[in-house]
Amino acid sequence: MDVELIRLTKRYGHTTAVDGIDLKVRSGAYCCLLGPSGCGKTTTLRMIGGHETVSSGDVVIGPRAVGDATPAERGTAMMFQSYALFPHLDCRDNVAFSLKMRGLPKAERRAKALAMLDLVQMRHLAERLPAQLSGGQQQRVALARALVTGPKVLLLDEPLSALDPFLRVRMRTELKRLQAELGLTFIHVTHSQEEAMALSDLVVVMNGGRIEQAADPRTVFERPATAFVARFIGGHNVIRLPDATEVAVRADRMRVGLEAGPEAVPARVVSVEYQGASVHVGFEAEGLGEAATALTAVIDDRAYAGHPLALGQTVPLGWDADAAHRLSA
Amino acid sequence: MTDTALSAMPAAANIPAAPASAASLTAKTRRRRALAYLQALPMALVFLVFFVVPLALTVIVSFWAYNEYEIIPAFTVRNYLDVFEGCLDTADVCTTVRTYLSTLKFCVLTWICTLLIGFTVAYFVAFHVRSRTVQMALFLLCTIPFWTSNVIRMISWIPLLGRNGLVNDTLMGMGIIRTPIEGLLYSDFSVVLAFVHLNTVFMIVPIFNSMARIDRSLIEAAHDCGATGWQTLWNVVVPLAKPGIAIGSIFVVTLVMGDFVTVGVMGGQQIASVGKVIQVQMSALQLPAAAANAVVLLGAVMLMIVAMTRLIDLRKEL
Repeated sequence: MDVELIRLTKRYGHTTAVDGIDLKVRSGAYCCLLGPSGCGKTTTLRMIGGHETVSSGDVVIGPRAVGDATPAERGTAMMFQSYALFPHLDCRDNVAFSLKMRGLPKAERRAKALAMLDLVQMRHLAERLPAQLSGGQQQRVALARALVTGPKVLLLDEPLSALDPFLRVRMRTELKRLQAELGLTFIHVTHSQEEAMALSDLVVVMNGGRIEQAADPRTVFERPATAFVARFIGGHNVIRLPDATEVAVRADRMRVGLEAGPEAVPARVVSVEYQGASVHVGFEAEGLGEAATALTAVIDDRAYAGHPLALGQTVPLGWDADAAHRLSA
Repeated sequence: MTDTALSAMPAAANIPAAPASAASLTAKTRRRRALAYLQALPMALVFLVFFVVPLALTVIVSFWAYNEYEIIPAFTVRNYLDVFEGCLDTADVCTTVRTYLSTLKFCVLTWICTLLIGFTVAYFVAFHVRSRTVQMALFLLCTIPFWTSNVIRMISWIPLLGRNGLVNDTLMGMGIIRTPIEGLLYSDFSVVLAFVHLNTVFMIVPIFNSMARIDRSLIEAAHDCGATGWQTLWNVVVPLAKPGIAIGSIFVVTLVMGDFVTVGVMGGQQIASVGKVIQVQMSALQLPAAAANAVVLLGAVMLMIVAMTRLIDLRKEL
């Protein structure tokens, strides 16, 4: 189902956590709310899920504004950051919990719960307690519990942040697969731009309770709307030009040394990090604005091997004119 | 005596279990093992001096004979036979059984009242009071009655409940009743009232402690799963507060079963209780008889606790 936020606002006393945001997530999309901690992304998610009252504005799910409806009435289900599995119930009863609340008979709800556990490949551990499961397994159970009532919108609050990096990548793939299979609308809160890029059809970059940019991942990366977006998603240099406009240049489009071009500025090498396929070189450039500007260039490993750089060395640094993307203030 | 045992037992159970393979012990593990025993020693000593020795002495004395003026260290089971005298007679209930039933009745009534009040208060403080400071303040408020002694707290009920006490006077003044209500004081009611007053806090503290450890996101998760407030209470909060309920129940049951002061003062010295029997025998210097009664009481209370812990596996939950 479509999810639409209209002038959605959340105030706690005098602080505004979410500041009148508008957003439309079309049915079946994978949407990531991306931003640093305190940007209002979790509050937004909780308002969509009915776990936080709305100060003003509306959440529209499908055909109607949901107002004060409970999560079950909204057709949303939430997967909590810490999974929030009931520690006194085994996996099967955790998954069957919402069916029990709806008054389904025991045999029926257990059968449905087992089918759900099958979907996340956890049936063989159905009788374990949450404490006896690893983080990844707990997450699968939490996912099954969220999906068992057939919600139209699944809300995920930093679902991967508690996992180790290896498992995170695997679960990421699996989330994407499930979403495609079930055709549900997923709204996923994360502070990892990598996760957002990998998963979403729609990246919503938030800062200070507002939406900085909402677009598909490629647009966000190729044409970041603001300096904040360019900095937050990484891989960009934000450069203030002499005419006081700001541009974002992808770090892998920087040109160093002989190929730097006519607009090159002198820059001093301050760090060199070997990354395998590429080398990340940190520069400090004078002559771009008042203070020294920190810039990064990502250089292909073979190109770097041809012209290695030494720390402290000053070289011309420039960029392709068509790689510079103008930022709005 | 029984509550000394309760506070000491978990500590004794915490002694780390050393690996069994004694043959392959290296010097290092042996040293570590010795250290573990050394660390457990102070608690074990306290346990020994204040629990094992007195209990052993009580059991020994309970098998001794006595007459009007001396205790004779000779083995006899007469004390126990005296305790259960007439109990094999099916026509009439013997004194001991009647006394136990009376005490048990107080125990059950007090348990129900303290559990309901304790759970409600703990729930309110744990879930409805947001600020930590207010929580602590309310908690201290609960302990204020403990700034005075047990007896004073009980006696303070007397001017309130007496025949011409505050309650009767007020009700008559308001014209609600015409003659004073008898049985407010020196009755089962006043005994249970005093027990509840004295013991509710022992229920509140452990239940609150259990509830405070319930992750708030579980309540949200239950809400997300479509549970109503009552469903959440019954399916999430109560099961997770079980360890606290069990510990509080053990406190209340042992305190009420062993009590003789409250029953005496609030019952106007007219109501029998097991503790009272023991106390009377002790003041008559019939120490072996008192010891035998104490051993029987200990057994009864232990059975009740075993039954309660059967319902909840405490060691698993802690």
